[in-house]
Amino acid sequence: MTSSTWPRRIAGFLGGVLLVLWGAITLAFAVLKLVPGDPVDVMLGPLSSATPEARELIRENLGLNQSVPVQYVTYVGRVLRGDLGMSYQLHRPVGQVIAESLGHTVALALAALVIAGVLALLGAAFSRRGALRHVFDVLELVAVSAPVFWTALVLSAVFSFRLGWFPIIGGSELARLVLPAVAMALPIAGVLAQVLRQGLDEAEAEPFTHSARARGLSRRRVTITHSMRHASVGTLTLGGYLFGSLLGGAVLVETVFARPGLGRVTLDAILGRDLPVVMGMVIVSGIAFILINLVVDALSLLLDPRLRTAAPGVTSSTAAAVRGAES
Amino acid sequence: MTNIVENKGGRTQRITQRPRKQRTTKRTQRTLGATIALVLGLAVLILLAIAALFPHVMAHSDPTATDARNVLAAPSLAHPFGTDQSGRDVFTRVIHGAGTSLGVGLRAVGIALVVGVILGALAGLAPRWLDAIISRIIEVVMAFPEFLVALLVVAIVGKGPGAVALGVTISVIPAYVRLARVTARRLRVAGPFEAALILGVRPARAALRHIVPNVAAALVGLAVVGFGSAIVAAAGLSFLGLGVQPPTPEWGLMMSEGKNQLATAWWISVFPGLMLAVTVVAVTAVARPLQRFLEGGRA
Repeated sequence: MTSSTWPRRIAGFLGGVLLVLWGAITLAFAVLKLVPGDPVDVMLGPLSSATPEARELIRENLGLNQSVPVQYVTYVGRVLRGDLGMSYQLHRPVGQVIAESLGHTVALALAALVIAGVLALLGAAFSRRGALRHVFDVLELVAVSAPVFWTALVLSAVFSFRLGWFPIIGGSELARLVLPAVAMALPIAGVLAQVLRQGLDEAEAEPFTHSARARGLSRRRVTITHSMRHASVGTLTLGGYLFGSLLGGAVLVETVFARPGLGRVTLDAILGRDLPVVMGMVIVSGIAFILINLVVDALSLLLDPRLRTAAPGVTSSTAAAVRGAES
Repeated sequence: MTNIVENKGGRTQRITQRPRKQRTTKRTQRTLGATIALVLGLAVLILLAIAALFPHVMAHSDPTATDARNVLAAPSLAHPFGTDQSGRDVFTRVIHGAGTSLGVGLRAVGIALVVGVILGALAGLAPRWLDAIISRIIEVVMAFPEFLVALLVVAIVGKGPGAVALGVTISVIPAYVRLARVTARRLRVAGPFEAALILGVRPARAALRHIVPNVAAALVGLAVVGFGSAIVAAAGLSFLGLGVQPPTPEWGLMMSEGKNQLATAWWISVFPGLMLAVTVVAVTAVARPLQRFLEGGRA
């Protein structure tokens, strides 16, 4: 209401950003410390025949002789300067390894999000009443329940091998993006369609719908100009949360389609016990969460004028609201 | 006003009201549909439980028996789900795999339920500072996708079936703690707990009597839905090769074993995955009315 809510809101938002960033760095450090056994052994791998002197040298180079708090502060400082360390397996900077594969995964996730959004809009808008609604209820249930790696396998069995429309090897970059993106989009589309339809139902029960209808607007017009906008805020927040979870799903889908990307890097790092890469992934996914929330909050403000004047904390708690809606 | 209340069920509103009779029929249709879904879901879950407990009743007793004359055979009456590259019967392996998947799901959800009730009730009843610390930690952990948390745990512990079970369990716990905390906060100011305190009942005893059971009840709905997603997460980790090793029959691992045969023998991967999908659909079909019932009971 007053102008003083904006500084407070921004301060609250920055607080949340710092909390998640600090949490991500701390979690990454915890990964390093929680791994059982000697970190030098993990680094050198089981086949190493390094002498005790060489091990001692590595230990000193990594700062493992220092106390844990000192190691922690050093690590936080390094991450803040953008230094994620060296990969044990690839012998290259982790930042570089992640940056190379980031584009593939972001492209895949964005494509999945767009497909999911379109499917959800169509599903929710054209199945409000009658038998179609029951059909879509079942379709959405199946889309949400089917494991993403199974959908991916079925899609590639049908469209790559049987029909030959989207060959797994060869073809353009865009053609190779279609099947993985659809596989990732389906469960998200199912959830979004359910939430969007519920939002439309709720919006139509609001008094403003009655007044708009009484003013002579057709039902379709009310849906487009009023209900859609009303319903889209909740859907948007949920969409942002689901977009973040795509990073986890990417590991599975990229494995099925043998695509390069962050998922592949993560899996290789876990299988090869390449801890710096795993830690780098923790920090990247923390940053992704922050960025996604920033975009979702900004879009919500654009869509819902009520949020612009509401008390601070309304938008910064969107993430919490989403989880509430989901569970 | 009455119009709005009537529309809470999700029905759309028409300015010109329909005759009342037709509305009731539609509502009845809906309830009928939900009942059919519930019965089918329960039936599937019972069959799965039988498969998990007594696999030899439903299929051959040896899931690793090979048959060199029947390699990569398409689905037929003798082999309803076909055979794999070693001539093993996929149907038998799917049935024997039910136990592993259901076991991981049950364990994860059971542990998450207990930890959730304890931590959540603690946070909900604790002094403000302790509550703030627990809530912040949960908030930060929930910034990471569940599957990624499970992967992290496997990265720390090292791959294996134990690591998969642990990873899935840890990844689902924050959601339970958060719901338990909110519920405990609400119950703390609700009548019975305060009344017990005023009557001189010791706080710990009052909490055990009036808060813990209600928090647990609130988490049951989440647990039923979570059971499905925990099974999928565990199968996903096995699919990536992080869980059990061949030749153990496990749905995720079977899907990964058939991945390279997709062009010639799709059935090896598709049927275990189908069982996974059917399980989750059945769990959801049972969970939805249960959740509605629990929420109705609480309101």
